[in-house]
Amino acid sequence: MSTITTTDLDAAVEAAAAHLYVWALKDIPQDLRDALGAARDRETSTTGIRILETIHRNVSIADDQKNLVCQDTGIAVYTCRVGEHFPLHPARIYAALRAGTARATVEHPLRSNAVHVLTRENTGPNIGYRLPIVHWEFIPDWDGLDVKCVPKGSGSENMSFLKMCVPADGVTGIKKFVLESIVDAGGKPCPPGIVGVGIGGSADYAMYLAKEAIARPVGTRNPDPLVAQLEDELYGLLNETGIGPMGLGGDVTVLQCHIEHADTHMTLNPVAVNYQCWAARRASAHIAADGSVDFDREF
Amino acid sequence: MAHHELTFPITDPAEILKLRAGDEVTVQGHIIGIRDRTQIRIFDQGVEPPMDLGGAFLLHTAPNVRKVAEGKYEKICIGTTTSARMVRFTEGLGAQYGVRAICGKGGFPDVAIEPMQRLGMVYFAIVGGAAALETTQIEEIEEVLWEELMPECLWKFRVQDFGPLIVGIDAHGNSLYHDVQARAHDKLKELYARL
Repeated sequence: MSTITTTDLDAAVEAAAAHLYVWALKDIPQDLRDALGAARDRETSTTGIRILETIHRNVSIADDQKNLVCQDTGIAVYTCRVGEHFPLHPARIYAALRAGTARATVEHPLRSNAVHVLTRENTGPNIGYRLPIVHWEFIPDWDGLDVKCVPKGSGSENMSFLKMCVPADGVTGIKKFVLESIVDAGGKPCPPGIVGVGIGGSADYAMYLAKEAIARPVGTRNPDPLVAQLEDELYGLLNETGIGPMGLGGDVTVLQCHIEHADTHMTLNPVAVNYQCWAARRASAHIAADGSVDFDREF
Repeated sequence: MAHHELTFPITDPAEILKLRAGDEVTVQGHIIGIRDRTQIRIFDQGVEPPMDLGGAFLLHTAPNVRKVAEGKYEKICIGTTTSARMVRFTEGLGAQYGVRAICGKGGFPDVAIEPMQRLGMVYFAIVGGAAALETTQIEEIEEVLWEELMPECLWKFRVQDFGPLIVGIDAHGNSLYHDVQARAHDKLKELYARL
């Protein structure tokens, strides 16, 4: 095996992040294209069909012209699965993701969305204090790194909801809160999108899980059969609300409902909802310990 | 539902009155890009907009652009943002500046219905997220004012066949958003009973 330096790995992660950010913004995943196609076939309202056909036309134009699908370049959110033996420390991985985000923003160029939360002044090329955001997972007995980039638009992120249900509210309380949240969100988060639900854990962890849920490939199911059953049930119920494409009424309100869960305290029953718009952009790469990079969609 | 073609800025208010919620509209002419900070400057900081907004079509946007010369920008990707954040500026835009149409995505809450009816204004729903398409319908960025608010400047775009737009709120007191919400809340009661 040739000698790989941490500098090479730094560069590989930075280049991967820069590529993933732009790639995600321009070329939506096949599972999402399929879900949008199925939505168009299923919709019966005149306005809803017109909207879903326009979405389809937009995706084709983005493909043909190599343009961004949506103008909102979002907040760059990365999910990293770091192998125990991956030769670059997470502190350096973070620095490389940050550098890659900035590089993509300047080189393309992309709209810079990052601002100071109080002054509202722009803080740089989609980076700032604690931006980008990274979710970390550490994998024992492995030497690789998986990186997924999810540029998260604000229209859908503004439609995030948390309720600290009590145990006596039960599963019914969870279902009611998800339904009421999506009805209240109406057309604002660019429906039909992916409803991410986080249940259990703590207040902050439930929302973290909801964000993990929106980033899954469309239509995948939670490995726990009880949770998967709840995903199916909520998916059906949400599509009975009639909110429809862009909130203008119709049969298709959501493309999917994904749930992530964690065990919780005996007196807690937290439920968090994080919405992902129809342009549910995501792109992934696997970076091996030797610095080679394989871009794929399977994560 | 009817289809209309309108050219902005409009000079005849009757053009707005013939639109009904649910109609589809295609727009020609000039439209003005505006966003949160632009309107905060006008209404909360009391700075007069350096542009005539009479009869205007306002688009809720903050585009991706490339600077090509002093004050001159080229489009990269132009799309539309969520309108509800900016609903409180509706009355002022119509009453003080004569704005006739506001276009965005996600709609306005019911508080916009009365001033829009009184002032003869409409809300157009665009297909949110369909920015690649929207960009092809914007022929040129003709003017950029308040550049220091980048990207939330005042933008003047020349458009061709801008749409499809759906009349979400008309000037007669009708709102598709109100109707969809009312029906959805009734439906929720039925769904809750089944849980």
